[in-house]
Amino acid sequence: MELFLYTALFSPLVGSLFAALFATSKKTKIAGIVPSALLGISLISSFILLISVLTTKETVHVELMTWMATGNLYIPFGFVVDQVSVTMMMVVTLVSTVVHVYAIGYMDHDKGFNRFFSWLSAFVFSMMVLVMSDNFAGLFIGWEGVGLCSWGLIGFWYHKESATWAANEAFIMNRIADLGMLIGIFLVYWNTGTLQYEQAFAVMPSLEIDVLTWIGIFLFIGAMGKSAQFPLHTWLADAMEGPTPVSALIHAATMVTAGVYLVVRASPLYDLIPSVGLFIASLGAFVALFAASMALVNRDMKRIIAYSTLSQLGYMFVAAGLGAYWVALFHLMAHAFFKALLFLGAGNVMHAMHDELDPFKMGGLRKVMKGTFVMMTIASVALAGIFPLAGFFSKDLILEVAFVENHYIIYCVLLFTAGLTAFYSFRLVALIFHGEERYKLFGIHPHEAYKFMLIAMSPLLLLAIIAGSFKLSYFEMITNLLPAIEYHIHHPVTYWIMTIGTQLFVGLSILYAYKKYTSRDIKVPDGTSKMENSFGYKLLINQYYIPRFYEEYIVKAYRELSDIFWTKIDQKVVDATVDGIANVFYQTGERTRVMQSGNLSTMLKWMVAGTVALLSLAVVFGLAARYSGEMKTFLSGLGV
Amino acid sequence: MEIGLNHYLVLSTILFAIGLVGVMRRKNLLMLFFATEILLNSVNISFAAISHYYGDLTGQMFAFFVIAIAASEVAVGLGLLIVWHKKHNNIDLDSMSTMRG
Repeated sequence: MELFLYTALFSPLVGSLFAALFATSKKTKIAGIVPSALLGISLISSFILLISVLTTKETVHVELMTWMATGNLYIPFGFVVDQVSVTMMMVVTLVSTVVHVYAIGYMDHDKGFNRFFSWLSAFVFSMMVLVMSDNFAGLFIGWEGVGLCSWGLIGFWYHKESATWAANEAFIMNRIADLGMLIGIFLVYWNTGTLQYEQAFAVMPSLEIDVLTWIGIFLFIGAMGKSAQFPLHTWLADAMEGPTPVSALIHAATMVTAGVYLVVRASPLYDLIPSVGLFIASLGAFVALFAASMALVNRDMKRIIAYSTLSQLGYMFVAAGLGAYWVALFHLMAHAFFKALLFLGAGNVMHAMHDELDPFKMGGLRKVMKGTFVMMTIASVALAGIFPLAGFFSKDLILEVAFVENHYIIYCVLLFTAGLTAFYSFRLVALIFHGEERYKLFGIHPHEAYKFMLIAMSPLLLLAIIAGSFKLSYFEMITNLLPAIEYHIHHPVTYWIMTIGTQLFVGLSILYAYKKYTSRDIKVPDGTSKMENSFGYKLLINQYYIPRFYEEYIVKAYRELSDIFWTKIDQKVVDATVDGIANVFYQTGERTRVMQSGNLSTMLKWMVAGTVALLSLAVVFGLAARYSGEMKTFLSGLGV
Repeated sequence: MEIGLNHYLVLSTILFAIGLVGVMRRKNLLMLFFATEILLNSVNISFAAISHYYGDLTGQMFAFFVIAIAASEVAVGLGLLIVWHKKHNNIDLDSMSTMRG
């Protein structure tokens, strides 16, 4: 099994390095095919590990080598394949294999083709390190690695000002959160004396509750950054500047779910501090609603899906915060499939529309893009949570969790958000694929994507449909490791009312969206309609003015402060000190260079002066050494 | 009055001082060599005197070495001096300032 573990872990790295060899040369297909094939191998290895974990219920634990060993600190490069990490490995390798194959078609005309695959495979490797590590230090390496690769991929088209800006924004926001995470890790080490998950969690029940609370809070701050939870959420929507496969892989399926993974991984810790868990759940519910509301009015196809991702991450945090870790992980898995599918579909549409992102400028695309239309519709149905697709099983389960745990406010918020989710998803589908063919006004001739891209997407389609049926077997597997709590509403009448009620509510939202956005009088908004000038619309389209708030009150203030530090402290204190020291030497040199007159006679005089000086010193020290005893008695006689 | 170690050392010191003044004051390169020789030989006198005083031959051996090295040094130095004189037609120290910093 160790062999499969190492294969699964390192083949993406090999793929990345292989593609990197061609980084500066011209586009070659092989730089895309080899990493994809290697990822396929990684996927197969992960699958074998999954089967092994499923059948034997045993985890694989290896230690590659010692990384740090000083004093009491011992951190190995250790990897573990247990029920939780194997789930993540399957999700990561599956989605990334699909995305890699898809990207061969998507990036076909891009000059940076080779570089793209190098970054993308490097990302997968970092993500694998993140999920497979058996200690916090390894997790942190992966954590930073995915952050770095995300930076490189968001800013992939670095000649675009907006792309580099978004890349930096994402990176800096994540740095802020990473500081919290790092403090959390330090606290873990400080209090438990180890960073290995097993040992650290074993010690935790004996620690004071205050300490545990702080650890929980700081680790969650790290999770908030990666999973773009409020108030560190703005980077996710801006990250859509990157190529669409990147959005599908990193900003929908894998990296942004790392925060959820962290909370699930640290479940023994969060079980001890239910108050922090409740905070996580409340924040999750808030973000679910908050992000969904912004998706309602947005006019950028990718941003709508990004907000939807944010909203679904909120759902996952609700489940994780309420202690239903396996539900969170299950929704993470299902969400990865249908959301990646949705993004890849959006990528097809973008290609067809020559990078046009405004769905109001599309319409009626179903006639030319049948495959994409079917896939995106099914993905949206799954996202909305209609029976019997994946979303129904995972998302409704979270609603049930909230209900069973008696958090009715959270339940109502999530229920309402489910309606919003259905509405904005189908608003998007209706605007893109139905109604008038508005794109003709802009002289665009759309075309369907390559066939192999659609075939590459089909595993995701299949999983988006059937993932829900894994629920029972998944529950059986994962609860070997995580707390086995079944969330059943005891009264069957309540259960059926709730389920059917939710389905009806979601269904009505979908119908409303269809009715509203397939009509013939949809025009490209020009900012004159009554709705567009209403306060609510303005608030939502400007993302609650949060980016502007950050810009005005944080970025500008920080810039001012930096300016002061630059002109006052750096230039006047630091630079002045350094320049002063340099000046002393310079001046000394300038003054003493007259000695080097070149006149032998003068030099000889200096030489004599030097000899005399050294001789006198020798005499003085000699006398001092000789009479030190007498000097001491003399000085003590004086009373010194 | 018997001549003892102190007399030799005083002589050596006087010679050394004379040599030192010569090194500092002389502008003629040839004179400078003479001054150097005086310096070296003043040291030789003290070597020989102290060696005799202690009955240890090491000092006298050292004096021989100094003489040998001084001879070779003077040979090289005089060679350079002659070349310099041929080229510039003087051996004034003040005219040699090509090593000006």
